[in-house]
Amino acid sequence: MPLFASLYNFAFWLAQDQAAAEDLVQETYMKALKGFSSFEQGTNFRAWIYRILRNTFMTSQAGLKASALVPLDGDDDRPVEAGTETGTHVTPESLLLARIEQQQIQQALEQLPVAFREIILLCDVEEMSYHEIGLALGIPIGTVMSRVSRARRAMRTLLAVRDEGVAE
Amino acid sequence: MSCDLWRQWLDVYVDESSSAEESAAIEDHLRICPSCTAATLARMQLKRLTRAAAAGRYAPSPEFRLRPELFQLIEKGVEAPPQPLWKLRWVQGLAGAVVALLVVLVSISAWMRHSVRDQALAELLDLHVATTASTNPVDVASNDRHTVKPWFQGKLPFTFNLPEPGNSSYKLLGGRLVYFRHAPGAQLLYDLRKHQLSVFILQESPGSTPPATGVTTSRQKGFSIETWSETGLRYVVISDSSPSDVHDLSDLMRVAAHQ
Repeated sequence: MPLFASLYNFAFWLAQDQAAAEDLVQETYMKALKGFSSFEQGTNFRAWIYRILRNTFMTSQAGLKASALVPLDGDDDRPVEAGTETGTHVTPESLLLARIEQQQIQQALEQLPVAFREIILLCDVEEMSYHEIGLALGIPIGTVMSRVSRARRAMRTLLAVRDEGVAE
Repeated sequence: MSCDLWRQWLDVYVDESSSAEESAAIEDHLRICPSCTAATLARMQLKRLTRAAAAGRYAPSPEFRLRPELFQLIEKGVEAPPQPLWKLRWVQGLAGAVVALLVVLVSISAWMRHSVRDQALAELLDLHVATTASTNPVDVASNDRHTVKPWFQGKLPFTFNLPEPGNSSYKLLGGRLVYFRHAPGAQLLYDLRKHQLSVFILQESPGSTPPATGVTTSRQKGFSIETWSETGLRYVVISDSSPSDVHDLSDLMRVAAHQ
């Protein structure tokens, strides 16, 4: 099956549960095969199938619960306010990050709101372009830009809390 | 622009989603700002760490199997969405082949038209040369157009006008009946400063006369030739005289045709 491994990985990161991830992938392929006629040949297949998976998750019980837990405070196209990051000017982040282990990154990802988690995964793990992310999530590029920035800031905040014990 | 504003662009830059101009501007700033450079490096590092920590982190259990319905769906065949006809590869190929064939046909047709025309003019040139070499070049010897024109009555299925002599330097020597490609035509012979000029008047029909539209001038074996078509008749003027002499007589013939 095309993209099986990466789709499953993405599904697990979203659902945080093996059985739920497996169901999500099964459901995604079923929907993709049944609705293949809606796929426009020559357009981005990867973004299309990720969108199916993501929408399937968001309309599932787990997805609805996850998205309701932490509302995004208006990430629209509004520029991100800079200079509010913990330790940005106090401690060089590169030194801080050098001491961070994989497990801490994974824990931080798990703690991120699902909207931030999915965009970090698509951008950093799947290495999608902003255009592709926009297609997969059904949001404009401006929103992709601001949400990526906010998601990374949230990651840095989570990591700084763990590492330095400094709250934002 | 302050560092706070530059920071908004660092994620876009790290994700290689900035335009070339934006990237150049950001890099210009990074060269002079250690704080933003450190922030950029940190973003790059976090991106790399995130990928390393999250990519391929989870795999399905060994017992995991895709549902049989999925394979049934695949076996039934995934119905590809209908594509516009012009997008289909074979249609594009066919269209390309048709265009190529048309180009070849048009080229061959143009070449054949030229070939037929050149051949017809060559035959008329031979007739002109034969006439001028003959001891009896004309059937009706007269410089009077009112004698020459009536002589063709009953011999040709068409009629034509001859130019008035006026102050013209062209001297009518006479006319003769010619058969060109199985059809009768008129050949008028003129004299200009010891040069002889033939005017062929033929019935226009495909294959029997040099096909061409408008006035066409050419040179063959040193002879000047001008030809045009008018009211269903093909006129061809040939001489060893200069092209301008041939052209002037052609003009006189065209004026006479409208009288």
